[in-house]
Parts: sequence; structure tokens; C-alpha cells
Amino acid sequence: MQFPGRRKKLIGSSQNDLYDHCLQFYGQPPLENISLTEFETFAVERLKLLKTVENLGVSCVKNSEQYTKKLDAEISKFFFNKEDGISEYEKRRKDHISHFILRLAYCQTEDLRRWFIQQEMDLFRYRFNDLHSKHKTDFLHKNNLKYETVSAEEKKSLQDKLIASSYGLSGTKVEEHDVYKVPFQDALDLVRTRKVYLLAGNAYIPHHEIVTIVLNDFRTRLSKALAMTARSLPAVQSDERLQPLLSHLSHAYVGQDYSIQKNIGKISLEQIDALSGKSFPLCMRHLHKALRENHHLRHGGRMQYGLFLKGIGLSLEQALQFWRSEFVKGKVDADKFDKAYAYSVRHMFGKEGKRTDYTPYSCMKVILSNPPSQGDYHGCPFRHSDPELLKQKLQNYKVSPSGTNQILELVKGMHYQLACQKYFELTHNVEDAGFSLNHPNQYFTESQKLLSGGRDIKKEVDMSQRSQENPASVTRPSQANSKQAHEEMGDLDSFFQDE
Amino acid sequence: MSTSDYDPACLPDLLPLYYRRLFPFSQYYRWLSYGGVSKNYFQNREFSFTLKDDIYVRYQSFTTQNELEKEMQKMVPYKIDIGAVYSHRPSQHNAVKSGTFQALEKELVFDIDMTDYDDVRRCCSAADICSKCWTLMTIAIRILDRALREDFGFHHLLWVYSGRRGVHCWVCDDAARKLSVAARSAVAEYLSLVKGGEETVRKVVLSDPIHPFINHSLSVVERYFQQYAIVDQDILGSKESVDKVLAVFPVDRYFFKEGSSVSYDLHFSCVSVKSNSKKGGQYFDKEIMLQYCYPRLDVNVSKGVNHLLKSPFSVHPKTGRISVPIDLKELDTFDPFEVPTISLICEELEKPRAEEAEEDDMKDKENEQEAGERRRIRDYKRTSLAKYVKVFDRFLEAMARSRKGEMLKKSGEIEKDSVFHIHLILAFTLQMD
Repeated sequence: MQFPGRRKKLIGSSQNDLYDHCLQFYGQPPLENISLTEFETFAVERLKLLKTVENLGVSCVKNSEQYTKKLDAEISKFFFNKEDGISEYEKRRKDHISHFILRLAYCQTEDLRRWFIQQEMDLFRYRFNDLHSKHKTDFLHKNNLKYETVSAEEKKSLQDKLIASSYGLSGTKVEEHDVYKVPFQDALDLVRTRKVYLLAGNAYIPHHEIVTIVLNDFRTRLSKALAMTARSLPAVQSDERLQPLLSHLSHAYVGQDYSIQKNIGKISLEQIDALSGKSFPLCMRHLHKALRENHHLRHGGRMQYGLFLKGIGLSLEQALQFWRSEFVKGKVDADKFDKAYAYSVRHMFGKEGKRTDYTPYSCMKVILSNPPSQGDYHGCPFRHSDPELLKQKLQNYKVSPSGTNQILELVKGMHYQLACQKYFELTHNVEDAGFSLNHPNQYFTESQKLLSGGRDIKKEVDMSQRSQENPASVTRPSQANSKQAHEEMGDLDSFFQDE
Repeated sequence: MSTSDYDPACLPDLLPLYYRRLFPFSQYYRWLSYGGVSKNYFQNREFSFTLKDDIYVRYQSFTTQNELEKEMQKMVPYKIDIGAVYSHRPSQHNAVKSGTFQALEKELVFDIDMTDYDDVRRCCSAADICSKCWTLMTIAIRILDRALREDFGFHHLLWVYSGRRGVHCWVCDDAARKLSVAARSAVAEYLSLVKGGEETVRKVVLSDPIHPFINHSLSVVERYFQQYAIVDQDILGSKESVDKVLAVFPVDRYFFKEGSSVSYDLHFSCVSVKSNSKKGGQYFDKEIMLQYCYPRLDVNVSKGVNHLLKSPFSVHPKTGRISVPIDLKELDTFDPFEVPTISLICEELEKPRAEEAEEDDMKDKENEQEAGERRRIRDYKRTSLAKYVKVFDRFLEAMARSRKGEMLKKSGEIEKDSVFHIHLILAFTLQMD
């Protein structure tokens, strides 16, 4: 028997029950049906949000005004719905579902899990700190974290003791900010190091420390959950509809993918040597050098470098000429090249087989997939090279010792892209790269922009008279003369402005 | 009371008597059952025995008090240790699927051993103790007892003399028994101030701000320091010992002159020191007091849920002394050398009894088992063990009272809940119409 009236009421209340707070610990997985489109959209949008969290965490000081403003904007974008007035319920639902989808994509390897946990924690920290004091306590209670705020009188009576036990507490801080009373079992790190005031089994935790405790809890839960998800992943992956999306997500680079060739033929083969020293990121410089020295590269290297060259503007004919001329100097004769290697070059350009989807690899892809083995030159030198060798290489490339040390520090902290950014700053002699490095082709583009900085104004005047860019004939200097090289840079500059 | 009569060779004769007539089984069982609140709590508890000829057996467990008595009287253990409450009966642990037999709960325990203070004791070393260094135990008990009660909120602490050179603390609160390994280790580290072994000269380092816990502990140490360190231990009595004290902080930073040995006040003013450097050294006097007196506990003993610790009322085979509970109200007068030995109490048992005894004998003939217990109770009451069993009784009473209080509170809550449930059901059924 149906009781339609009652039904509706129940659904309404269950909605409220499910998402009774704007923030959540993502304890329960969503239990509804959604369309594949929504599945994909939610996932991709959350990924964009997390990438922004990562970028901002790297380029701004956390909690600075700039950080707050930008992250706020990105979060609003995430929750924004084209229709008017996305309801609070829908916002929370999107938050909930998108988080769980990304768990599927990011549970598989240690690297992915670490990245995902880090960004989700940063996002959570930001959103939690943004809450009103009352909502904070609400959240804690709703999640069975029995943390009470201490009354003003109690705070006053314990003031001296609180200041004497907690780091960074002053009289005013105690007055102005909340102090939480937490069972000591939930604050073991602080108890162990005696960095907190204890009374009758409770730890008195100042506001700025409670976030740490909540975050630790968050991290522990998420870490366990991801491990469990990884175990049940095979079942999910067997679903054909989901497998490609999940795989794409975990390698996703959510920015410009340099797949559309705008600058075909702008670069001459003779320029590549010079460019490799000036504007190539270390990985590509390394690959180019190995190719020149050995007259050969293995498949991984050919893919990574070949697609990069496609991204900076080499045409198929140029690419074939480039690879053939190099391989022929080695053990491969022209015939063999045409038979074996030319096919794969054409494949890269989408001229063979059915897939045309070869886009130049992003940093994430280079760092995370296909690690190099003996005899390989691909990968990310900051990630895959032995630090000693990396140090030598940097010294060979005339990077200052202090700069090298800075880079090695970043490598130690696993900030490979930041290390490459530092490399950019040191080789281009700038304080700040001015961009957040995500893609080798981005490195190249930014480098070119920087090196021709002075030409910008002049080019702007020309731009107003330009219609479609047109592959101008590029001068082919016989000598790699620095003045001429500079002129070439200028010419290259014109089409880069198109972006 | 002559306790020098104890001879370890007599143990095989004394122990059976002790276990038959003096060991307080009913209080012991009452303790470890914890009011029967948790099912099988006593049955799943591990005991370990050290038998004659150093034979060691683990995973002993018993289903009833009676079984415990019978087994102990049969096996006559020289040493008894108490372990954790497991998921299954320890005596059947081999029958359980591997991985599922787990230690679930245990009291939070602390072990303070006098040998850990050898670097700062001048009167004795190793297993020896004397009245001069016993003060260290008094200080340890005062500091830890306060901290465990006031800072951590524990209520039911049983302090026990180990029988030779130290004391144990059994924290028996519900919450304490349920603590995880991480929590136990955190508590133990919170309570640790003296760090470092042979290689470390300066074992206590204080810096601003001084945590309230340290201040509390310092006020206890200060109370005893003059008598203990300056007088009894005479740490400033010889050049050698003074050097040792001063070795704790870098001498070259300080200018000092030795004062007269006549009067010392608590703040170490016999040696006046001018500090030339800003960092370190501002709390040197406190650091020295703490290094000489602050409790040194073995974190490993406290950390493990399955750690086995000597049982209260067991006998120490080397000294013959019974591991008796310590009455904190009489802490300052507690004398480890007055603690009864097994030979003493067995001797006291043999003394002729008064006339009331005959009446009791008649009652006993009626019921054997109860008789056994009654007899035992009368028996220990005639010995020096009596006052220590009383301490234990008071401890058990306090726990029983607190359990009752908890139950009343809970049933009050349940009442409230059930009223709410009824309302809900009514509301629901009304809606359905």
C-alpha cells in the first residue's frame, strides 16, 4: 500500500539527515543512481578544484589574502550550477559524490593516494577554518568528536596554566579564541610531548591546535578508506563504462594539453639544439642530449620527446627528417628507419591506426607513469634521477651551487614540479617563474615568452594588423650566431602571442 | 618483628601454607572480576606462574575463584604475574584460530625500580635499598599519584610494594583498562622527565614555558629535597659528589664558589652560581633537583596491553616479603623493612588462639567451603598481613561504590531514552491513520 503523502515527507527529512552539515568526513558512500554524465562531470570538476588547491598551496602562502580569495573563487565555481539557485542539498550532494568518485581513481598507487589525501586535507582545512565557531562545534559533535568549547569563566580561571602549557598562546589569544576540551585519548600527540594542559582527563586545546587534531582524524580515516577502496577496485574497473574515465582521471591534467598544433613549422630543426639549452625543461634537454649522443632513443623516450616536439610546433615532415637524420648516424640505416621507426612517428601525429589522441605528456604523466629503467632517458630527472647525478648534471649546466641545493631540497620534499620551476628561475635568471609548472610544453612556452619579453610591445602593434597567422618562412641561419638566434626568438614570439 | 628469619630454602614449606590459609582469594577474585560487568572478564584473564626450579608457565586462566584457589594450592607458584584480559580463555589459546586470540584490556601499570636511580644514589646500588633512598619511592608515588588523578582523571589507583626494590601502580579505572598501546605510551611519556642513559650527563632539560605538570612535580621534590639529597644522600658532602652534581651542567659557563657546609636551603644556595650565558642554565637548580629525585619509569612496562606484571600479594622469592598494597595516607611512614615476610606471617599463624576461636570452629563444621573462607579470613587477621588486606578492601570498596554510581547514572539515561522511544512510536502510529 502506498502512502504518498508520508513518502514525500520521509524523503525530505532523509535529505536533511544525510547532509546535515555543509562539511563532512565522507564516512558513508553515496547510495543513489546517477547518470554517467553526472558521474563524469562531478569527478572532473572536483579534480579541477583539487588541482587549484594544489597550485595555490604551492604558489601562495596558505591563509594569505591571495590564497583565500582565489580558493574561495574556485570553490564557488565548483558549487555553482548554471540553473538559478543550486540548493544547499545539491551542493552537499555534489561534494559527497565527487569525493567518492575520485577515491576510485586515486586509490591505486601510493603516489596517487598521497596526492589525493594532501589536497583533500588542504581543502578540508580551508573549509573548516572558514566555518563559524558554532558550526565548528556542531560539526565536531555530529561526527562524534566529543569536543566542547570551554566557557569564558573557566578559560579565565585556567588562563595562566593554559599559557604555560600550549605553544604560541598568549593572554589575548586565550580570551579571544575558543579553547576546546577534549578527552585526552583524542589528543595523544599533544599529551605525549606535554604540549597541552590536562585536567581531570581532558586536554584543553586552543583553537589553532584543534584543526590539527581534526585533520589528523580526517587523514587517518581517509587513508584507511583508500586502502579499502583499492582492494575492491578490481570489481569497479571491470565495469567498462567506468574504466576509461577512472584511468583518465588519475592521469588527468586539467589545463591546456597542447594537442592542437598551432605553431606548425615555426621551428626549424637547426634551432632545436639552441632551444634545448635555453627553453627546454630538464627532461627534454636530457632526452635531446641523449639522442644526439647515442643517435637513438628507446620507445619511452621517443614518445615523451617526440610528442613534446610536436607540441612546440614540429610538423610531421620535420619530425621524420629529425628522427631519421639522427638514427641514421647510429646503427640504423635509412631503410630500417623507414620500416620500423617512421611508422611510430606518423602514429604520434595521428596518421596511423585509429587513435589520434596522442597529446604531449603533462608533468604528472611523466612523473607518475612508466618509470625509466637502465638505458632509458625518459621520465622526470627530478623524480627519477639519483640526487648525486642530478647534482652533477645541474652543475654541468652551470647552475649555481646554492641554486642546486635549493633544487635538491625541493626534490627531497618530493616537489618535483617546483624543483623544475626553480630550475627555470635559475636558468632564466628570474626571481619568480610567474606560473605554476604543469606541463613541459608550458615550460617551453613560458620560456620563450620570457626570453622575448622586450619584443612584446612592438609585436602588439603588429597584432592589430594581423589576421590569420601564417607560417612565415623562418630564416635558416648557417651559423648559430647569438644575434641571429635572438632574431629567431623574436620571430617565434609572434605566433606564441596568439595564445 | 624479626624479619631476618626468612630463608629462601623454606619457601617450599611456607608457600603451601600461605596459599591455603593466608592468600586473600576472595578479595583478589573480587578485584579482578570488576563487579561482573563484563562477561568472562575473570575467565579471560591471563596469569603466569613461576614454579619451583624456575619453570615458567604462561596462559594460565581460571573459570571460578574456587578453581583459582585449587590450582594455586596445587601448583604452588613461587611468583605470580597478572597479564591482560584476552578475547578467549588464555588456557585455550592454542585452540583458537590464529590471529583472533588478542589481548583486549588491562590495567594501566607503572613500575618504579630503584636500580634506575643508581647514578644518583650514594647509599646503595643495584638491588639494595635502605631508608635513605626509599624517599625516592615516596617522591615517585606522590608525583605520579597526583598526576594520574588530577591531570588524567583516574580514580582507582592501587600502589603496591614490589617486595624488594620498587613499587608498582595499578590504575584500575574502566577507561584505563581500555586504553590503547598508543595512549599508554603517551601517558608514560607525559610523565617522563628524566631522559638518557649511561652516556647522558644532563638528563633533565627544562625550557620556557614550564608546564604546570612540571611545576607540581617540582613542589613535591622541593618538599623532600633538603632532607633527602642534602642530608641523607649528602650530595654535597664530598668533592667527588659535588663534582658529579656540577658535571650536569657545563662548568665553564659558570662561576661558582663553595659555601660552608652548615646550612643549606632548598634552592641550592651553598653553591652560588653566576650564569654567563643566556640560554640554558636558568633552571639548572630545578633540573638538578629533578635529575636526582624525579620518578624514573620504564615506558615499556606501561606501554604493552599484554605486559605481565607481578601480582599484588605474591611473595618475593629473594626477600620473602609479600607484595603488599601501600596506604597513601601513611605514605611518609611506610617502611619497606617492616613489610611482613612469608616466614613471619606463617609463624604468627602458629601462635595459640583465643577462646572465641573454638566457637568459630563449631560453626565451621557445618559448612566446609564457607568454613574454609571464614577460617582464612580469621587467619590473616591474626597476622601482620591484616592491615594490608584492609587497604586492599578499602580500594575495592571505592571501586564498587563508583560502579554503583555509574549504573545509577546509566539507568537514569535509559529511562529517559525509553520515554522518548514511546513518544516516537505513538507519533508514528498516529500518522499512519
